[in-house]
Amino acid sequence: MTKAKLMQGNEACTLGALAAGLDFYAGYPITPSTEIAELCSEELPKVGGKFVQMEDEIGSAAAIIGASLTGRKTMTATSGPGFSLMQELIGYAGIAEVPIVIVNVQRVGPSTGQPTMPAQGDLMQARWGTHGDHPVVVLAPGNVKECFELTVKAFNIAEDYRVPVVVLTDEVIGHMREKVVLPEQGELKVSRRKMPEAPGGYKPYEGDDDGGVPLMASFGQGYRYHVTGLFHDETGFPSNKGDITDRFLRRLCRKVEKAEPVIRDYVTESADDCEVLVVAFGSSAMSSLSAVRQARAKGVKAGLFRPKTVFPFPEEALKAIAAKAKRVIVPEMNLGQLALEIERLVGCKTPVERLSKVNGELFKPEEILARILGGAK
Amino acid sequence: MSDTLKYFRQNRLPHIWCPGCGHGTVTGALVRAIGKLKLDKNKVVVVSGIGCSSRAPGYLDFDTLHTAHGRALAFATGIKLSRPELKVIVMTGDGDCTAIGGNHFIHAARRNIDITTIVMNNNIYGMTSGQYSPMTPKGMLGTTAPYGNVERSFDLAKLAVAAGATYVGRGTAYHAVLLEELIEKALLNKGFSVVEAVTQCPTYLGRKNKIGTAVDMLNWFKESAVNVKAAAVLPPEKLAGKFLIGELHNQPEPEFTAEYDAMASQVRRKFDDFQGEVRECGQNSD
Repeated sequence: MTKAKLMQGNEACTLGALAAGLDFYAGYPITPSTEIAELCSEELPKVGGKFVQMEDEIGSAAAIIGASLTGRKTMTATSGPGFSLMQELIGYAGIAEVPIVIVNVQRVGPSTGQPTMPAQGDLMQARWGTHGDHPVVVLAPGNVKECFELTVKAFNIAEDYRVPVVVLTDEVIGHMREKVVLPEQGELKVSRRKMPEAPGGYKPYEGDDDGGVPLMASFGQGYRYHVTGLFHDETGFPSNKGDITDRFLRRLCRKVEKAEPVIRDYVTESADDCEVLVVAFGSSAMSSLSAVRQARAKGVKAGLFRPKTVFPFPEEALKAIAAKAKRVIVPEMNLGQLALEIERLVGCKTPVERLSKVNGELFKPEEILARILGGAK
Repeated sequence: MSDTLKYFRQNRLPHIWCPGCGHGTVTGALVRAIGKLKLDKNKVVVVSGIGCSSRAPGYLDFDTLHTAHGRALAFATGIKLSRPELKVIVMTGDGDCTAIGGNHFIHAARRNIDITTIVMNNNIYGMTSGQYSPMTPKGMLGTTAPYGNVERSFDLAKLAVAAGATYVGRGTAYHAVLLEELIEKALLNKGFSVVEAVTQCPTYLGRKNKIGTAVDMLNWFKESAVNVKAAAVLPPEKLAGKFLIGELHNQPEPEFTAEYDAMASQVRRKFDDFQGEVRECGQNSD
């Protein structure tokens, strides 16, 4: 029996992870993500899963990669400072093609910043935080229910493409309580990495140049293979040969690029005929939605485009909608990070206006409404 | 010999280590200990960090994981907690383990997680060509200690014991038979085990400090090392400038993954709270 429940975003993320098959969690306490660790520590031992509180966030990222290599579905959750510490190993998961999910409940940064206040300043770090070109997928829930849905989706993408996936929420989304009706377990699509059938001739990194995803064997199953953060050939052993490393890195990044039509997701409101298009994600999009509705009530043709996948960004959909608009406004709780993407995508056709807020407070709908009504600045 | 070779990926040889390096001796001791214990090749996972020593797993025919600098024990913690039935061995170096990885080292020891850690201590960062490490003796030269190292070094064995390791031994590349025995006992200990394997780096430590060839360095170990049993009856003045080898600590304690499982068995139930569905984590078992 499906029942409505009152829950917070962090709780919904955890339940989504469990529904997707989470069975190993390693983490380090940090506000405002800690409820995820607490709930995992409570639930996982009940169901044969494992929880460990590591000595820091680097160790947490390392432990979930190690556990994933043994066939587990693994996750950690953190916030800005911890997310910064994890960056090196996000690159490791990318190059070694180990599925992991990282929830980043954003707070105001840089540094310790404002630990209990929401922000969206980790957007570009989520995509580009680790060094080198690398594959990563970033999902941005816009409400509590989506925390559940997109965490399930995060696990599916991680498993399907053997990539690290970041669920990028913020203090408001994480702590806000909403009435949620969760889907039945049977209604959920739950992916599992494709595994080789038997040892013998297994090449752990053999994949089609056009974004192929290699089969993933689990440690302890007789495959006896090698995993390294060095560039490697299809056998998994290090290689410095230029043609091999070039093809390898292109395949890694192509995996996500090629899957973009399947992965990308967004929602719109009143976007079909809008003259003023608001583009926002996460909690900024909640305020934006209210502002757009108020503008419509006043007879102004405003619309909202809210990406649920920020990387890869739903480029074509936005381009089509923005091409018909006269203005694009990008409200975000940083000094203009999503706006960079929007300017890149539609800036040559439609003027893009930044609307930044970095005082640790959520946008009031009126602030966005004033910009919609106030005309271009 | 043939018995030993079966644990190697022979097509990955020769190794990358310099002529005279002691890491091969240590790797050999590990492999012989594994052979003696007849461990199932399919149930051994060898994890390493970054550095010369951390290249060893690539030559071994197990599931092997070459991780990031300093993080081998954290990766290994994930593997062991996830699959306690696997034998998890970490091969690391003095810089990897005691500098960048120091925090993971003391916490793995504190948890007493059943991981056997072989620290190849050559007192120097070899892969980056000779900088001083936390294990470089005071006064010795390194490329970043051109006037002599002014820092104190760790006593790794004491550090491991203080942090909670339940088996600690020290051998050297000269005392290869002892090293093999220590590793064998470390592998048998159900808990966090550390074997410090003092090994020579003639290319950087030896050359920079004019210690001489690999053989000279091995003689240095021979002359400086005193077995802990012999040391017990020697007066302190005879031990000046020496270091202890042998089994330095062996005190079994409850092991982390077993303790976790014991806790879990008390709270285990079908997972039905949030959706009325019965789901067991076992779905991800292979």
